[in-house]
Amino acid sequence: MSFTVRKDEASGVVVVGVDGQLIVGNRHDLKKKVLDAMESGDRKFVIDFAATGYIDSSGLGVLVSLAKKVREVGGDLRLAGLNEDLRSLFELTKLDTLFTLVDSVEEAVAAF
Amino acid sequence: MTTPLRLVVQRHETLPTEHARPRVEISVRVPTDLDVVEEAVDLVARHCLASGVSPRAARFVVRVVLCEALANAILYGNCLDPSKAIDVRVRVDDDGLELLVTDQGKGFDPASLPDPTLDPALASDRGRGLYLIRQLVDEVRFNDRGNAICMIMHRA
Repeated sequence: MSFTVRKDEASGVVVVGVDGQLIVGNRHDLKKKVLDAMESGDRKFVIDFAATGYIDSSGLGVLVSLAKKVREVGGDLRLAGLNEDLRSLFELTKLDTLFTLVDSVEEAVAAF
Repeated sequence: MTTPLRLVVQRHETLPTEHARPRVEISVRVPTDLDVVEEAVDLVARHCLASGVSPRAARFVVRVVLCEALANAILYGNCLDPSKAIDVRVRVDDDGLELLVTDQGKGFDPASLPDPTLDPALASDRGRGLYLIRQLVDEVRFNDRGNAICMIMHRA
């Protein structure tokens, strides 16, 4: 499992890909990557779940925490590429009311 | 350095006229180490699939609920004490799947947790683990002490 970070220079959106799981054992790695980018001045983030197997409540929690921090400085963090199973986790926990969930990274980037 | 996980699988053959599938019992002892959770979950889920659990359940539901139960056991049950361990026992049979996760902690009262879908808990970064488990499986039971959770999925 790993996280990939790339920046869409045209839009200034930072896209973080979650390859594998986002769970209790690696949530801090994702947090650090987003906070480091914020430290560098980035404010627009998309987390790409197209290659993600599953997310646990710790993973959901870190997304809530990061979205709050990003929004506090006037930015946003959006979620893309969730399959039906992953999307159900956000719906069951009502977190779909706190996040913008879109089908693809391209769509998420274009919506900023 | 963590000791490699050792998983034990027992297959109990039954008469074909009584049950179509053998009962399979899987057990693994997991150390109190968050870095081992993913490996333990993957190991158990793969054996569940090989034992007749549906692909969707083995790919997703078993992984999420077992991950939740192990994280709770490590963080709140065993309180990250490396001298303690967690026992995972799985039973797969014609009725469905039972996942039993037991830690060595003092236990807790599952009724004491707030609904994480309501304000102000909705905006919290924690408190969704047990709620998710209850949403994803058919039945959840605790022992009296509150240090063992049994998650049951009936066969469709």
